[in-house]
Amino acid sequence: MSEKAMRKAAFKAAFPHTIPIFAGFWFLGLTYGIYMNVSGFGFWYPMLMSLTIFAGSVEFVTVNLLLGSFNPLQALAMTVMINARHLFYGISMLDKYRGNGRKDIYLIYGMCDESFSINYTADIPEGIDRGWFMFFVTLLNHFYWFFGATLGGIFGTFIHFNTEGLDFVMTAMFVVIFMEQWMKEERHASSLAGIGISFLCLTAFGPENFMIPAMLAILVVLTVFRKPLEEGGKRK
Amino acid sequence: MTWSEQMITIGMVVLGTALTRFLPFLIFPAGKPTPKYIQYLGKVLPSAVFGLLVLYCLKNVSLFTGSHGIPEFISIALVVILHLWRRQMLVSIAGGTICYMLLVQFVF
Repeated sequence: MSEKAMRKAAFKAAFPHTIPIFAGFWFLGLTYGIYMNVSGFGFWYPMLMSLTIFAGSVEFVTVNLLLGSFNPLQALAMTVMINARHLFYGISMLDKYRGNGRKDIYLIYGMCDESFSINYTADIPEGIDRGWFMFFVTLLNHFYWFFGATLGGIFGTFIHFNTEGLDFVMTAMFVVIFMEQWMKEERHASSLAGIGISFLCLTAFGPENFMIPAMLAILVVLTVFRKPLEEGGKRK
Repeated sequence: MTWSEQMITIGMVVLGTALTRFLPFLIFPAGKPTPKYIQYLGKVLPSAVFGLLVLYCLKNVSLFTGSHGIPEFISIALVVILHLWRRQMLVSIAGGTICYMLLVQFVF
């Protein structure tokens, strides 16, 4: 297969996996663009930020940072805290995001929740180049987000159909990804620990502060129970 | 904030995000074997993290006020049923989302 045909095949295989993200990012990006628009920023702010930051939750927070007083260190610290979960993704992707040449840099740069989830769980068909498949998943997601955010920034105030509830597409997607992972694993201890610990931390610390304690608790529990988990918890 | 202060702030957010994404790859370079403990975490973490992400999406649902999380519960149940039945990712996601939109727009 020629290089071009290989890329085309990878694109065709990757695209269907990103359709839910298209729906979700289009909507979330639009919301974000509108939010920036009504906060008094021109459309090129969401355009620039969606392109360079490409991490949804942090971009919403950045709007508040931009409206507050200048404090770059606080901006850096908050970003690292909110995005700390990406450290987990990186550890899981150490093998997958290596050996794909220069594409690796972009794959790591664009490793948002959704790109990670798809690239970690997708069963890439035989004969499809893994590197290009993951590259196109990341690129398409990046484009959807950029597209939605920019559009929201430009036309934000003119959009009038009832999209209430469309953001549930992200929840539905993570439920499905969780189930896919569940069906692939022999033992469910880690999946159950993830749900249980997160729920406990959410109850104890509240929606704005539960992520960091939940991640630390997951790390501690998985470390303490390493022996029993290693014996039976391998992926098929 | 002045224009350049805004650009520095955005730059810091870009830097912070990239840091969390690149750090594991810098700490555990290719060529050197990754420590066994980290390999183990790479295997078991995703399951737990996907659970965490589901809860993260639901973090603002209140069980005691508003609609008590009923639309979320029904829609997630539908996603699970559809996925067990057909195992078509897009069908499960679309079904659950449409159900949720109908519920929050017309019922709750």
